[in-house]
Amino acid sequence: MAKFKGATVVDTNRCKGCNLCVVACPLHVLALTTKNVNAKGYPYAQTVLEDTCNGCSSCAIVCPDGCISVYRKKVE
Amino acid sequence: MTREEIIQPENLVYKKPTLLNDEPMHYCPGCSHGVVHKLVAEVIEEMGMEEKTIGVSPVGCAVFAYKYIDIDWQEAAHGRAPAVATALKRLMPDRLVFTYQGDGDMACIGTGETIHALNRGENIVIIFINNAIYGMTGGQMAPTTLIGQKTATCPYGRDVKLHGYPLKMTEIAATLAGTCYVTRQTVYSVGAINKAKKAIKKAFQLSMEGKGSSLVEIVSTCNSGWKLTPEKANQWMEENMFPFYPLGDLKDNSTKE
Repeated sequence: MAKFKGATVVDTNRCKGCNLCVVACPLHVLALTTKNVNAKGYPYAQTVLEDTCNGCSSCAIVCPDGCISVYRKKVE
Repeated sequence: MTREEIIQPENLVYKKPTLLNDEPMHYCPGCSHGVVHKLVAEVIEEMGMEEKTIGVSPVGCAVFAYKYIDIDWQEAAHGRAPAVATALKRLMPDRLVFTYQGDGDMACIGTGETIHALNRGENIVIIFINNAIYGMTGGQMAPTTLIGQKTATCPYGRDVKLHGYPLKMTEIAATLAGTCYVTRQTVYSVGAINKAKKAIKKAFQLSMEGKGSSLVEIVSTCNSGWKLTPEKANQWMEENMFPFYPLGDLKDNSTKE
């Protein structure tokens, strides 16, 4: 089976910290910030588990504000 | 492989549709409206109808829908979106015309317009966001509020003797001869979102083929109005809304001549 590596980029200032991406991620890659907030005062989603994401895009699909871009590359 | 190696333009698999602009949406965190806006923008892009789509925005939380999706929009008076859409589609039959309405707009104030537009078989699509509450004005009881559900104006729960029964607009629409495609979807999970996208695309295509009117109900959450977190609101919807508002196609005449 082909293996994929993925990465997510969160538009942190657009993020409202609703936590839906964190719940949707099957690999628990994302979490909300606990100490930092964005320009609007919301905690935002960030990658907490490095090297785990497989680029399935679940987080981005459920994101109501379209904050997440997902990149996916096949591992040679 | 480093993160920088993965984050290259050729590896991009998902991003916000370009039709959805960079204006920050005013919706509460976790609101289903954002997902549905995204789906509408994606479907219009996939159909190549960016220049030929007219949306009719309602009164309610989605009143500012015209600020977020870069297509032509017309704002309608409260509940009158199907009447406005009728005029637009009749005057410009080559355009894709859809209305985007909440349950307070479509199922309460605009019931008459909605039923008659659907019954006339106008070639329009109504996207109906049903969250069982008046979200914008502070969580009052709507016609679609479930029996026993607590809102600002029925703090002890909806009582049938006092408030009557919840209204199932989609079931009513399915009985009308003018409708072609009537379906009920939701957007709480990846699978459900993909299904909802297919339903919206099908409805848009049928309206362009002139097969009649379509209604796509999206059972949604209003976590602020329900006083729950977005995650808990999804669970509440699954446990309480779906038994009363079952998902699936109620009517599909797309294959009939």
